[in-house]
Amino acid sequence: MMAVEERALVQPPSEVATQRPGEIEDAATLPAKVTVRNLNFFYGGQQALYDNSISIPALRVTAVIGPSGCGKSTHIRVYNRIFELYRSHRAEGIVEIDGENVLSPSTDLLKLRKKVGMIFQRPTPFPMSIFDNIAYGVKLHYRASRSEITDRVEDALKRGALWEEVRGKLSEPATALSGGQQQRLCIARAIAVEPELILMDEPCSAIDPVATSKIEDLIEILRDSYTVVLVTHNMQQAARVSDFTAFFYKGHIVEFGATKKIFTNPENRQTEDYITGRFG
Amino acid sequence: MQPRSRTHRRAADATIRVIMVPAALIGIAVLAWILWEVIVRGVGAITPAFFTELPTPPGMEGGGLGNAILGTALMTLAATVLGAPIGLLAGIFLAEFGPSSRIATAVRFTTNLLMGTPSIIIGIFVYAILVLPIGHFSGWAGAAALATLILPVVMRTTEDMLNLVPDELRESGLALGAPRWRVTLGIIFRAAKTGLVTGVLLAVARVSGETAPLLFTALNSFYWPQSFGEPTANLTVTIFNYAMSPYSDWQQKAWGASLLITVSVLVVAVLARFVIKDRKGRAA
Repeated sequence: MMAVEERALVQPPSEVATQRPGEIEDAATLPAKVTVRNLNFFYGGQQALYDNSISIPALRVTAVIGPSGCGKSTHIRVYNRIFELYRSHRAEGIVEIDGENVLSPSTDLLKLRKKVGMIFQRPTPFPMSIFDNIAYGVKLHYRASRSEITDRVEDALKRGALWEEVRGKLSEPATALSGGQQQRLCIARAIAVEPELILMDEPCSAIDPVATSKIEDLIEILRDSYTVVLVTHNMQQAARVSDFTAFFYKGHIVEFGATKKIFTNPENRQTEDYITGRFG
Repeated sequence: MQPRSRTHRRAADATIRVIMVPAALIGIAVLAWILWEVIVRGVGAITPAFFTELPTPPGMEGGGLGNAILGTALMTLAATVLGAPIGLLAGIFLAEFGPSSRIATAVRFTTNLLMGTPSIIIGIFVYAILVLPIGHFSGWAGAAALATLILPVVMRTTEDMLNLVPDELRESGLALGAPRWRVTLGIIFRAAKTGLVTGVLLAVARVSGETAPLLFTALNSFYWPQSFGEPTANLTVTIFNYAMSPYSDWQQKAWGASLLITVSVLVVAVLARFVIKDRKGRAA
């Protein structure tokens, strides 16, 4: 473990010091879930990511922060190759998940996406019942009996911290839930197919503060079983829930390290300016 | 900086209002007038016999247009069964699978042309490719002509409705590891369902009042439709023939048929509206 000087350059959000006591880990010493090497990304002729290289530690929460348009979302959208929905989007480089390059043409996309779940900025409940929303992915990937599916749905909703609120109304349309509930439904839906890595693309930007804190609590629990990559524009959120933080600026990864260190003693001037609110 | 005078803008606003309101009223008034005329002149023809009996020879009172009502219903149904699925599939292709491909661009362009093609030309076209080679008018030819009219409308609305579904929904389906076709059928189609149904209903409403394409294809008949292989009775051509006849009984029946078609189209349109409303209600 790396010893870090506890000299706070800036006044960090008060939660930082208290919420995650203990040592500051060094990402390099932890097993990596995702290893990105020289990732470049293009929207048509316009380059959006430049030589991104990063190792996302397994079973940790990694926050991706940076000003709007810096490439945060673009970066994680490469991990499950969801960007390929759009013809002009193109990624170059290497993104290894558990040692396998997902950008290789031989990657089985359906398998990859079972392993890598994704939560979007706005909740995206499918136009069907709460039960069917969760069961959708289960039926997709498993040959399961009705009762097995029912169990899985219940389990996923419990792990998504939604079970108590919806247990009596599983057959109601998911669109009738509140925004925060919809987002937890989406998390439960992702969990139901047993992913190993969960990508969250600003999951709280469209929901209210109370619902946000529920989702943050949920992320706290998820980190025990999943590797989470959380894109957020909310620095307090990054400080609260993440173990590691990557700071993106104009398509470059400026700095990556333990969240505590990034928020108290960043090495880079740009990182410091951003987290102190001087720009962004 | 001088503040801009508001008098001018207020005057412009008032002027536009003064022009707009009468324009809207004229539009509504014409529709009301048509409805009024059709109802007043047609309602007398609407008797039980009108729906159940065959037409009588000229000059003889009584009888009905049962065969034409059935013929129109059957041909519209056949046209929908022929045209709507192709339109839906083509619309899916345009919106989901090849939105920016060359084929899609070409298909979109020809769809617009097809939508703008006068229906009489569709009638002549089907006459040339189906009626002439076969040698006689037929219900199938009529259905084919109507299907040709339904096709572009359904195609267009399908594409538009699918485009209204946010990309995030596609992404979240794909992100779960679902193949594209399953996302399209299981999620996107469901999300756009009411819009798609509305599109089909409106297309049906549109063709159920078409006369020109049937004149050259199904023609008409005084008998019950026995098979689609022969000329098939239908309401619109009947209106055309009866309205121009010298017999007052036939003229009255033409008004009755007009009323029936108007009411059916209205019902379908209101039904479509209802479906749209239902959707909005649920989304809220």
